[in-house]
Amino acid sequence: MEFQLFGIGILSWIVFIPIVGMLIVLLLPDKKHDAMRWTAVVVTGIQVLLAAVLFRGFDRSMLGINEAESFQFIEKFNWITVESVPWVGKIEITYFLGIDGLSVIMVILTALISLIGVISSWNITKMVKGYFALYLLLVTGMMGVFVSLDFFLFFIFWEVMLLPMYFLIGIWGGPRRQYAAIKFFLYTFVGGVLMMLVMLALYFSVAYTDPATGNSIHTFNLLHMMNPENFVAGSLLAGIDTTWRYVAWLALFINFAIKIPIFPFHTWLPDAHVEAPTPISVILAGVLLKLGAYGLLRISFPIFPDATVYFAYMMAVLGMISIIYGAFCAMAQDDFKKLIAYSSVSHMGIVVLGIAALNTQGMVGGVFQMFNHGIITAVLFLVVGVIYDRTKKRGLYDFGGIANVMPRYMGVAVIGMFAALGLPGLNGFVSELFSFLGAFESYRWLTIISVSGIILTAAYILWTIQRVFLGEAPPQFESLPDLSLREKFSFIPLIILIILLGIYPAPAVELMNTSLSQLVELVTIGIN
Amino acid sequence: MELQTFIPLALLILLLPLAGFVTLIFAGKKLPRKGDWLATAVISMSFLLSLTLLIVKLGWYPDESITGSFNWLVLGDAMFGSTLAIELGILIDNLTVVMITVVTLVSTLVHFFSIGYMEGDVRYTRYFAYLGLFSFSMLGIVLTHNLLMMYIFWELVGICSYLLIGHWYEKKSASNAANKAFIVNRVGDAGMFIGIMILFTNFSTFTFETIFESISAGILPFGSTGWLTAAGILIFCGAVGKSAQFPLQIWLPDAMEGPTPISALIHAATMVAAGVFLVARIFPILTADALMVIAYIGAITALIAATVAITQYDFKKVLAYSTISQLGYMILGLGVGAYAAGFMHLVTHAAFKAGLFLAAGSVIYAMHHALHKREDHHTDAQDIRNMGGLKSKMPVTYWTFVIFTLAISGIPLTSGFLSKDEILAGTLAYSSLNGHYLLPLIGFIAAGLTAFYMFRLLILAFHGNHANTSRLADLRESPKVMTIPLMVLAGLSFFIFYSFNPFGAASGWFFAAIERPMSLVPELMQPTGAVLFHETVQGVHGIAMFISILVAGAGILGAFLVYSWKKISADQLASYMSVLYRGAVDKWYFDAIYNRVFVDGTIRLARILRWFDERVIDGLVNGTAVVARKLSQGGRWFDTYIVDGLINGIAEITDRAGNMLGKLQTGKVQTYLVYIVFSFIVLFVLYLQI
Amino acid sequence: MDLIIEPGLTHFLAVSAILFSLGLMTVLSRRNVIMVLMGIELILNAANINFIAFSRFTELSLEGQMIGLFVVIIAAAEAAVALAIALNIYNRFKTINVDQISQLKG
Repeated sequence: MEFQLFGIGILSWIVFIPIVGMLIVLLLPDKKHDAMRWTAVVVTGIQVLLAAVLFRGFDRSMLGINEAESFQFIEKFNWITVESVPWVGKIEITYFLGIDGLSVIMVILTALISLIGVISSWNITKMVKGYFALYLLLVTGMMGVFVSLDFFLFFIFWEVMLLPMYFLIGIWGGPRRQYAAIKFFLYTFVGGVLMMLVMLALYFSVAYTDPATGNSIHTFNLLHMMNPENFVAGSLLAGIDTTWRYVAWLALFINFAIKIPIFPFHTWLPDAHVEAPTPISVILAGVLLKLGAYGLLRISFPIFPDATVYFAYMMAVLGMISIIYGAFCAMAQDDFKKLIAYSSVSHMGIVVLGIAALNTQGMVGGVFQMFNHGIITAVLFLVVGVIYDRTKKRGLYDFGGIANVMPRYMGVAVIGMFAALGLPGLNGFVSELFSFLGAFESYRWLTIISVSGIILTAAYILWTIQRVFLGEAPPQFESLPDLSLREKFSFIPLIILIILLGIYPAPAVELMNTSLSQLVELVTIGIN
Repeated sequence: MELQTFIPLALLILLLPLAGFVTLIFAGKKLPRKGDWLATAVISMSFLLSLTLLIVKLGWYPDESITGSFNWLVLGDAMFGSTLAIELGILIDNLTVVMITVVTLVSTLVHFFSIGYMEGDVRYTRYFAYLGLFSFSMLGIVLTHNLLMMYIFWELVGICSYLLIGHWYEKKSASNAANKAFIVNRVGDAGMFIGIMILFTNFSTFTFETIFESISAGILPFGSTGWLTAAGILIFCGAVGKSAQFPLQIWLPDAMEGPTPISALIHAATMVAAGVFLVARIFPILTADALMVIAYIGAITALIAATVAITQYDFKKVLAYSTISQLGYMILGLGVGAYAAGFMHLVTHAAFKAGLFLAAGSVIYAMHHALHKREDHHTDAQDIRNMGGLKSKMPVTYWTFVIFTLAISGIPLTSGFLSKDEILAGTLAYSSLNGHYLLPLIGFIAAGLTAFYMFRLLILAFHGNHANTSRLADLRESPKVMTIPLMVLAGLSFFIFYSFNPFGAASGWFFAAIERPMSLVPELMQPTGAVLFHETVQGVHGIAMFISILVAGAGILGAFLVYSWKKISADQLASYMSVLYRGAVDKWYFDAIYNRVFVDGTIRLARILRWFDERVIDGLVNGTAVVARKLSQGGRWFDTYIVDGLINGIAEITDRAGNMLGKLQTGKVQTYLVYIVFSFIVLFVLYLQI
Repeated sequence: MDLIIEPGLTHFLAVSAILFSLGLMTVLSRRNVIMVLMGIELILNAANINFIAFSRFTELSLEGQMIGLFVVIIAAAEAAVALAIALNIYNRFKTINVDQISQLKG
């Protein structure tokens, strides 16, 4: 099966079709708001279809991670090549796309959440053209990060994502949007700089031997960086367990930790979430946070397995702190969105704990938790969005009795929240289960402490349900309309996934199982 | 029937209520009668199938245990060594078939009862849907062959309980109670989860069978018996939560905010008994230490709940504390090794306690309607001080209630006598073998208290002549759909269904079917062997029976003395023992202390952390920003005054110099020429000199 | 008197120098534009004499004379242009006194 259209591979399509959409949106007359919206829907819809093709065509038994041959849907050609630079040799930057079990699930998540985001963007009326253009650019950035196998390309997409996000929060956000946007930007930018430094250091340290000519070529190719033999002897990052490798790992970790976000790098998140418009919160929580953990798994773990093992315990501790700390902070919030933001910190802590376990259960649990958290938090932010649209209020104490006023809304909200509290039968449980199981094998006491987080989670989620949905409705909210058709469309796919993957997670787990086993093998090969 | 058909049959039993749930949730309101008949029909079918299974299993295959399973998830890849297969599956043994019959029977009766009780409720369909979901989850707990599914369904029944306690969520007290129930249960579940993790990490499986095999082969978790004991106790934590054992017993009385049939089904007969079932399931891997802890927890629970029950005036609260106390008995029974007796008490208790609650429901229903007719909305329909003399108004309810009360008090010829007697004999045997004389002592005291508070309830509610006042003039017996389930349960409260010998359960079919499994833990950690234990029980059985009849009689006599014949004043009695009385009325301060320590503590900690987050961490970030701004302001100053100053200074000098030199520029060509000539001459002279 | 008998290069140069000095003095001291122009003419002619003289008394054959011719022609052109400018200056400023024409002064 050849996955090409007009000679362009499917991954390029899925990455760049939003750019096409963006151009169309920009070319449309200013007043044609509906046409812009439909363009965005069509473009992201095509992405979902392509993601479905990827899901169908993906070979579950291929390893990926560090073996170029076992990546799938590869597109690779030299993009920038400079011959014989004086003291560097040949420079090579490749346009190298490909997916393995780790990225395919993220690509699917991104496509899905992007579409949902567009559907929930319908009632954005301020500067519609700019909004959708930036939105689509953002989608390209996110998708690009997940399929890039060249560090340079990865970095470019990473930064491409940053700017639209800044404007989307800063222009379409709430009252304190500028503060939030700047904070987001600075945080991410600091991380980006660190990552760039490591990227350059890696670049100068890694050179592969061209089999054809026997020349030594410096490259940004991530897969070459994963091969210890490619490190130039005496270069900065050569060797094993050297200080510089630890420093590089930490620099990368800070960058990714900011995105995840892990305590103590998380404070941009509540602000960004609270100020961002609903669809952007959905994207932010649904996809952007995953980039951090993805980056760790795609870059830090395979390139620096020694440092990963060295710092794994620290990661687990930070994960544990995030779980407990996020839950406590969530409990003390009065703002619905802030509560969900902190719950994200808590849930992403589970991801970190899971992947820090460095065993298959933990890794699968962690990555699956990324996917599930993306879906669950998307639902939760949509839930807030729905009520905020109707009442212009977000405080947890402003509501009550919504259950009787909007029963269908209550239904989806409660499913989302139960999934967030890890109720068995819904997807959040499965991933939390495996994350904890994996972590327990590696860090017994840390995990035992972390498990208390599930009690706290239950407490704040149930209190939220009680405050918002139960009791008697205040008189001014007695006639709120229930979910509209459009809102239902944005909820239904997510709810179906929540239930389906909760009961039978195998389709998702099978996608990543092999690749993640390989990753675990790669990282732990030094210890065994 | 073939053995192989057991699994599909069990699946059918399991999935029927789920199908009912799904149908009702999506289409219930469009169905005639809002779908109550559908829910009742599916659960009745489940019951009939369960009964068939029970009879076939016990009659033809009493010693078989059948499992059917499939791989739910496979983790890891074969090319990197072993894979990790997570199996889901069904285990059918005698324990299972008895339990599913109990669950489906009570559930069916509660369904019928609810048709009457919940009539006209705002969320009638949803109520029946949740009942279906609950039945499904409960059956799941019973049928599972592994710990993972156990945990999954464990939480699911928890959520059903949450949803049904909060059925009337307009009331703040109801939603609070629902939250409390779920969160307290979560505490126990977290412990259970840790226990499961210990076992999984060591044995790479959730399946009971495999875990048992590994342990009996001498493989211990992390190589130590301490961890095995810990695993046992931690898994037992789940039972502590679900079965409302000390110290997590606080949620069950509050759970009475739910509709009364729910209290009967979930909070008396089935879900709360799941903890007992869990202990029975993992019994083979419990070490002697773990069992001792379990026994003590059961005993403490039995005692404190019984004392609180005496002081309550809410009809359902009395029953709730009684449930806690009886659950304590069952746990105590299992803890001391009276396995079959503990489990039997679960079964008999399911029947008579469900009956008690349904009778309570019948009373409350009647009271409610009577008060409603008089437009009296202030009188509490559940307070027994507002009742009295219901005997004549509600004969069926009364007589069934009497039977249930006798059963729970442990009067001969009832089912309760059989099981309780065996448990008490077990505690006596345990103490004579291992010491721990407190256990039987507590057991007998609690038995006496049980008889006392149950008869107190009976006398206060049904005897006397309160009902003849005008307020309750319109009191009527409940409709047939409610009284027939009562009668069925009353029938099941007689000994005949469990053993043909009214004074010895040991000879009945139940004890034949439910045998205590072999302990699989290392020899040093094993509890007293089943054979020796059994012999000791035989020896003390007579004494146990004698004492238990004595204390029950004393309790009943006491209740009549105080409440019926009024020979002893209850108030005086209370004032004699004022410290104890206050303690019991205030539920031994558990709620107060937990509220103060855990709830308030958690909230305070949450606030502190929020403050920490906003002030310290975010403050640090913002502080960095402020410092950066200050620095940049400094930079701006430097830029304006130093860097720019330098540039401007140069410009200034140039300007000044220009102005000065500009004076030379007269605009007169001749002047310029003079300069030129003069310069030339100067240069010329210089040239010449050099 | 050798000087009178055979006029040599020195004589020509002396004349030229005198002429140049006169021209320069005229240019520097006279305030009348016309007079200044006439001073310039004198300077040019002093240069011319030099060219011719060098042409006559050195090996340089005809080049000096040729340049002398050029200078005459240029002087003519220059005079024409300069007079035109002077005329325009007069038209604009109603004077030809250079001291009063100091528009260029900053």
